[in-house]
Amino acid sequence: MPKLKSAIDSKGEAFARNAEANRRLADQLHERVAAAALGGPEASRTRHASRGKLLPRDRVERLLDPGAPFLEIGQLAAFGLYGDEAPGAGVIAGVGRVSGREVMIVANDPTVKGGAYFPLTVKKHLRAQEIAQQNRLPCIYLVDSGGANLPHQAEVFPDRDHFGRIFFNQARMSAEGIAQIACVMGSCTAGGAYVPAMSDETVIVRNQGTIFLGGPPLVKAATGEVISAEELGGADTHGRKSGVVDHVAENDEHALEIVRSIVANLNTTKTVNMDVREPKDPAFDPEELYGVVPTDVRAPYDVREVIARIVDGSEFDEFKALYGTTLVCGFARIWGYPVAILANNGVLFSESALKGAHFIELACKRKIPLVFLQNISGFMVGGKYEAGGIAKDGAKLVTAVASANVPKFTVLIGGSFGAGNYGMCGRAYSPRFLFTWPNSRISVMGGEQAASVLATIKRDGMEAKGEDWPAADEEAFKDPIRARYEAEGDPYFASARLWDDGIIDPPQTRDVLGLAISASLNAPVPDTTFGIFRM
Amino acid sequence: MIQSVLIANRGEIARRVIRTARRLGVRTIAVYSEADADAPHVHEADEAVLIGPAAARESYLLPEKILAAAKATGAQAIHPGYGFLSENAAFARAVTDAGLVWIGPPPSAITAMGLKDAAKALMIEAGVPTTPGYLGDDQSEERLSDEAAKIGFPVLIKAVAGGGGKGMRKVEAAEDFIAALGSCRREASASFGDDRVLLEKYVTRPRHIEVQVFGDNHGEVVHLFERDCSLQRRHQKVIEEAPAPGMDAATRAAVCEAAVKAAKAVNYVGAGTVEFIADASEGLRADRIWFMEMNTRLQVEHPVTEAVTGQDLVEWQLRVASGEPLPLKQEALSINGWAMEARLYAENPATGFLPSTGPLDHFRLPDHIRVDSAVEEGGDVTPFYDPMIAKLIVHGSTREAAAAELADACRHVEVWPVKTNAAFLARCADHPDFVAGRVDTGFIEARIDALIATVEPSEDAKAAAVAALLSQAEDDVSPWSPAEGLAGFRLNRRDRAPVRLVHDGKVVEAAVPGEVEADVLLGEDGEIVLFEGGEALVFSAPRAHATGEGGGASDGAVRSPMPGKIVSISVKAGDAVTKGQALLVLEAMKMEHALTAPFDGVVAELAATTGAQVSEGITLARLEPAA
Repeated sequence: MPKLKSAIDSKGEAFARNAEANRRLADQLHERVAAAALGGPEASRTRHASRGKLLPRDRVERLLDPGAPFLEIGQLAAFGLYGDEAPGAGVIAGVGRVSGREVMIVANDPTVKGGAYFPLTVKKHLRAQEIAQQNRLPCIYLVDSGGANLPHQAEVFPDRDHFGRIFFNQARMSAEGIAQIACVMGSCTAGGAYVPAMSDETVIVRNQGTIFLGGPPLVKAATGEVISAEELGGADTHGRKSGVVDHVAENDEHALEIVRSIVANLNTTKTVNMDVREPKDPAFDPEELYGVVPTDVRAPYDVREVIARIVDGSEFDEFKALYGTTLVCGFARIWGYPVAILANNGVLFSESALKGAHFIELACKRKIPLVFLQNISGFMVGGKYEAGGIAKDGAKLVTAVASANVPKFTVLIGGSFGAGNYGMCGRAYSPRFLFTWPNSRISVMGGEQAASVLATIKRDGMEAKGEDWPAADEEAFKDPIRARYEAEGDPYFASARLWDDGIIDPPQTRDVLGLAISASLNAPVPDTTFGIFRM
Repeated sequence: MIQSVLIANRGEIARRVIRTARRLGVRTIAVYSEADADAPHVHEADEAVLIGPAAARESYLLPEKILAAAKATGAQAIHPGYGFLSENAAFARAVTDAGLVWIGPPPSAITAMGLKDAAKALMIEAGVPTTPGYLGDDQSEERLSDEAAKIGFPVLIKAVAGGGGKGMRKVEAAEDFIAALGSCRREASASFGDDRVLLEKYVTRPRHIEVQVFGDNHGEVVHLFERDCSLQRRHQKVIEEAPAPGMDAATRAAVCEAAVKAAKAVNYVGAGTVEFIADASEGLRADRIWFMEMNTRLQVEHPVTEAVTGQDLVEWQLRVASGEPLPLKQEALSINGWAMEARLYAENPATGFLPSTGPLDHFRLPDHIRVDSAVEEGGDVTPFYDPMIAKLIVHGSTREAAAAELADACRHVEVWPVKTNAAFLARCADHPDFVAGRVDTGFIEARIDALIATVEPSEDAKAAAVAALLSQAEDDVSPWSPAEGLAGFRLNRRDRAPVRLVHDGKVVEAAVPGEVEADVLLGEDGEIVLFEGGEALVFSAPRAHATGEGGGASDGAVRSPMPGKIVSISVKAGDAVTKGQALLVLEAMKMEHALTAPFDGVVAELAATTGAQVSEGITLARLEPAA
């Protein structure tokens, strides 16, 4: 395979400037993630630990195989929301390895408001289940939650993708043979009680885990019965009498060990019908991505510089290198897995869209995972292009992306604007995983463009009524629009709302993709039937 | 030269004798017990004869068995090695009576040196200095005071009938003597009904010095200089060396001459060792080295003498036994450099040096030094014999070099799962006081805590353990996962998550190593074994103990599983019970159901009575875990 060359001067001034700015962004990311990873306030954590319980993150660490990688999702869920009182939305989720098996772990964080489900907690839990279902990953729920967050009940309880969906998913996955394992390490009240009850196999920790539809206060209010939590829904009640749980553990560590045994008995294998090779490090240091990527999303650069720092041996077999050059397509390997990469190198023209659609057809026929490196301002506009059928060519690309049944992975490495987001496998196109870089921006169009479009419409309206609109007023009109787009296009704004699976440090992109691909290969790669391509 | 030799011994000394005999073209015959059927000495000898069951008193210690074996194999000579029958005069006589060559001193010499008091008298007569003391009928205060002054303080007063420290007094100075004598006598009289006492020189800083001597059948006796065997633990030699540190030429000449005198006094033939006690409180001085006893055989520690003199003492033994004169005259013998020997024992310093027996799944000793070993990898250490499994012998140009090499050699001992004292030996050899030559027989006891201290595994060791753990985990992983390169990967963290390991019952954390050549063993249950400083370090993944029972852990209550009648109760409150032990029997549905203890513990409560009808789910007994 031909090796990519780099035209980047890693000693140059531009490189240094980029590197400094991007490192600052990475540092900020690390700080924010580290802060969120702590969980709830120190007092809650201390109280939790004083009861002999492990902190949720330690539970996850102890559950994993020694040295197992853990691909966390939604690290910054609810960032800046709910008065910043729900770091990570109060739940830890990610793909890790347990007893040699890749699994989805969902762990409530009881130090965050008692592990209660905020709207985004529900969304993150459902997203974790979606990943598990798409990739056939056994689910392990480390339950320690007081249930729905009552003040937010309207955004948590009734709708299709609200709390009830969790149990719907459990039943559907169980039916599909995707194991559902619950480990009750704390409260598991009301609706939450269904998590263990709906699981295939359930563990509870003695004197610590409780499962009941109504807690002691509710029971007392409803029937006058006075009963302790442990008696009502503790390990002995459920282990000996109700049969709601299958295993009783002495403590957190013991419980996690039992979970490991359960996974060891799943009798599942991962078979990969794919030409996997020995992984090779890229020839160019992934750390150089800091210096390669301009901080201004409008500044052009050759996306091959990014590819060279992600793929094995920096080896890249480019497809139609001379045609539709604003979309770079080619085959490569990431951690040994074959991948078909589509990466933006400018605005999408008809040719680029056609090339992309063709390339996706190749990947689907060959069952090669697709990787989209998104940095797109949109499809080309203008009379010539509309007349040339950019809409139908764009539609071909979107059809190809939407129809493709091979695992798809998307990384927003720069701008993600307009229909470009669709053509490059945005969230709506169900990539198995979608991550963003800290320098990325996402919105229907750029803030400046949006402000101009809205100002033009308003000006046209005023001019039609014969009114005058002074330039100063127009600027005053445009400023808040720009500001709003600026705020809402921020990757943290996006990630807080789980429009993605997380913001990642660019040098980790290759590792993240490797783990994501590995996870995806737990499910067979189906054939693809494409929709009608408008010709 | 004799043509064939039967070695009436086992272990390293049997192999040692075979080695030289083979080199000299002498046919070798081994004897072995049932426990040693597969021992190396059996395989290495030209012939081997089974002489009985494992117990030494039924095999290696039975003269008739040995003689029968010699007869059956036509052996011409018998080499007794050390221990077992080596200092048994009757056996030596029986050997010669059977017309065989006894590779050792004449029985008369063995007898003369075997009776310690008589030997001492004999030595005094021969002009060999002995430990000053007094054991006489005159028990008057005056006489005893005089004798004490002659001996020189400090002096030990001991009850003649005494033992176990009772009726014993150490007296530092003359003015305290009478008072101490009085109290000693009273105690002796009260304890043993006999108030007679004896006096002994109290040696403040005793050192064990011994001299290798050799005699032939032509009346010639030479010495091969001294050894120092002061490093002892409970009278068991640990490290020996030659020459003795701090021994000047004049002192050496005096002590070696005394040794030769001692040997000549009993018409000694063959290899022997004259042991002395030295008072080293002011360094080694000729006037403070006294005869203790003579060992009428080849010693365990003979290799250090071989190393510094360049001689093969077993060859000397064979030649002398064949009637040849001593291979070298005294003037031709000299000391070259410094040699040390460490005795590797199958024992566990952490448990008070209890013997450790079992299979030698892994047994690697340094290969660039002399190693006289009793066992080989794949063999066993049985509980029937001495737990010494090998001797590590080093030779350096200086004492410092030898000590450093010995420590290094001990650090490179790799034995598993049998435990050894290798790390302890390394710490002894490394100890600054040892390196400086400040040794005495109390050396180890005074420093025992430091010498057996457990040390934390090094970062390298932990890294190797992690690497092994990871590659072990990888075996369980689908080959289709980038497990190796992404060990410990955490999103948005620059470092890798540390890996938790259990070592010595404690959880330790270690970083994921970049690339480590993990030279480790995998023990049973996947434990990771690696060697550091002579010690086997055992690591395992930190896993809580799952009960392995579907129902999970018990709360300690033993409940009636169904309605029924209690037909018998076999415990009472306060009884200690073990897991699975039947506590009571319930009869229900025409069947008897034994209710058993869910874990090891104590019956805290017993709420059942025989004959009582109980309903389902009644707590009949409650257990509390054993403390």
